[in-house]
Amino acid sequence: MGKTAVELGHSVLAEGNPALRVVNLFFRYSTTSEQGRTWTLEQVSFQVAAGEILGIVGPNGSGKSSLLKVLAGLLRPRNGIVLLGGQPTRQLSQHDIARVMAVVPQEYVQVFPFTVAETVLMGRFPHRTQHFWSIGLGNDTDKDLVCAHQAMIETDVLSLADRLVSDLSGGERQRVVIARALAQEPQILLLDEPTAFLDISHQIEICSLIARLRAERQLTVVLVSHDLNIASQYCDRVLMLKEGKLCRIGTPGETIKPDVLRFVYGCDVVVDAHPQTGRPRVTMPMGVNPTR
Amino acid sequence: MIDSPMLPPATAHAVSQWTKAGAIVTLHRWLLVIGGLIVASVAVLVMCLQFGATRVEMRAVMEAILTVFHGEHIDADGLGTPGIIMVQIRLPRVLMGFLVGGSLAGIGVTLQALLRNPLADPYVLGVSSGAALGASAAMLLGIGTAFSLVPALPLFGFLGGLLSLVLIYRLAQSQGRLPVHSLLLAGVILNAILTALIMFITSIMDPNRSAGLMAWLMGSLTAPSYPALGVFVLYTVGVLAILMHKAQTLNVLTLGEEIARSLGIETEWVKKQLFLLTALLTGAVVSVSGMIGFVGMVIPHVVRMLIGSDHRLLLPGSALIGGMFLVVSDTIARTLLAPSEIPVGIVTALAGGPFFLYLLLCRKDRMN
Repeated sequence: MGKTAVELGHSVLAEGNPALRVVNLFFRYSTTSEQGRTWTLEQVSFQVAAGEILGIVGPNGSGKSSLLKVLAGLLRPRNGIVLLGGQPTRQLSQHDIARVMAVVPQEYVQVFPFTVAETVLMGRFPHRTQHFWSIGLGNDTDKDLVCAHQAMIETDVLSLADRLVSDLSGGERQRVVIARALAQEPQILLLDEPTAFLDISHQIEICSLIARLRAERQLTVVLVSHDLNIASQYCDRVLMLKEGKLCRIGTPGETIKPDVLRFVYGCDVVVDAHPQTGRPRVTMPMGVNPTR
Repeated sequence: MIDSPMLPPATAHAVSQWTKAGAIVTLHRWLLVIGGLIVASVAVLVMCLQFGATRVEMRAVMEAILTVFHGEHIDADGLGTPGIIMVQIRLPRVLMGFLVGGSLAGIGVTLQALLRNPLADPYVLGVSSGAALGASAAMLLGIGTAFSLVPALPLFGFLGGLLSLVLIYRLAQSQGRLPVHSLLLAGVILNAILTALIMFITSIMDPNRSAGLMAWLMGSLTAPSYPALGVFVLYTVGVLAILMHKAQTLNVLTLGEEIARSLGIETEWVKKQLFLLTALLTGAVVSVSGMIGFVGMVIPHVVRMLIGSDHRLLLPGSALIGGMFLVVSDTIARTLLAPSEIPVGIVTALAGGPFFLYLLLCRKDRMN
């Protein structure tokens, strides 16, 4: 099926191709086609350079998660193409995609009591060679174990290796999910609301982990976030969606501006400069003062 | 395997810190657990051979087993009464019970991973009733006896089981998810409809045959002929081996369909394969033993608590423990009211039903 994942991975970094390129994308869920003929994603085009962190922001229901899933090859676009390192994802198998791109989903529910190490090792699945005579046994090669080990060190969950994932706190569990994605040895990491439901210290922890991973592994990162400040502080560029249409894409300074936010979200916010980084910082305006 | 010279010793040491701490299933642990369970299974089978309407001494049991293994004439008159009971009735029945129990547990493990639900079970979901309806329809039409070369009962059982499995899945699915409550509800309703249809078939059958059908429906084991047992061994062990081959895939499927796809699994295709394999196994099991409930739910649950969730170990472990469980249940069923027998399905339901309720209550507690 086209190039192998190794060749593909090579081209993502070496040939100067954008890691991801989306051309004139249209998408809608099959159920929404009956009522009204609106698109979930309409005429979206952009590209993600290798090694960059792109944030996708927008109001509820603007199609952020859908866009991420289309990028991941989990949803098929109705029209337009997604190019993964120059290759249309339509021509690639799920297996080929999985060897280059890992996904950290928004919701992570583990029904059965797997240990942390078992969960992280599942990230090795796309790299396993399943011969038809192997009875699904062992097959954890040295490479698998070392990759899982490395991923657990980087996300600081090694000390939890033999614990059950169901017994962990929200922040620990999110790190385990990221470790599983890293064990996949991806070149592109997609994250859907990685900081949702986490307190501020865990938000900082996850965000600086993502920044560190980009630096150390030369990862390309696309993340969806509700939090405009996280997008502003940690992303190289920000993509704004409104009602399924790409509204604006650019550096935080170009996108996170009061007039743009008023247009996208329909409300007024205060934007000033972050005292340490100088990047835009969004805060709520003074509301109706209850004490007057 | 981590002592490989390929790795720097420091890394190898660091990795072995957690691989040896029981965090994952290593080959060493796999061999230890499965080896132990095989030894235990043999011991349980031999123990249970002693009991029944008449007690057979251990010495006679061993003699009979040796006779079969030496391939001597198993229907020879020289065996004596205990020998004949052992060789022609009890041994094939115990072996059949072991295979049926193992298959039911294997079906349970697969369905639970596939539906991401620890309460899934072929009996609770109505897959067994679907298979039973198929098999009773075949009996009603007399197909089972007409073409003795084609195994019509398992075939119809397979079709019925597959149909109800697909139906359940379609009914309970909403927006790509399978919520626990709608799944169980769909199972209960489907079960009721299918049971009514089976009752209808029994009511229009002639009374002599319907009594036998009823006993079979309640779940009972009988002694098969050795050729039939041989076919059944090949069939069930074959399907279980294919499932075993998919153990890693089952692991990843439990994380949810989207994650499984992002890890490179073509979920639609894999799901179809697994539905087909479970239906094949259910059809065969139901056609030989009727509806034996709860083995498929209770056993995987207990085994998961004992040896973990990794399907590489969970699947064969559940099959072996499920086999032992059913052999013991059947021994109780045939000795409790000897010389008459209780259908083994009643024994497993009485043991498994309360356990199911207990699990349901635990879940409710956790949700509140």
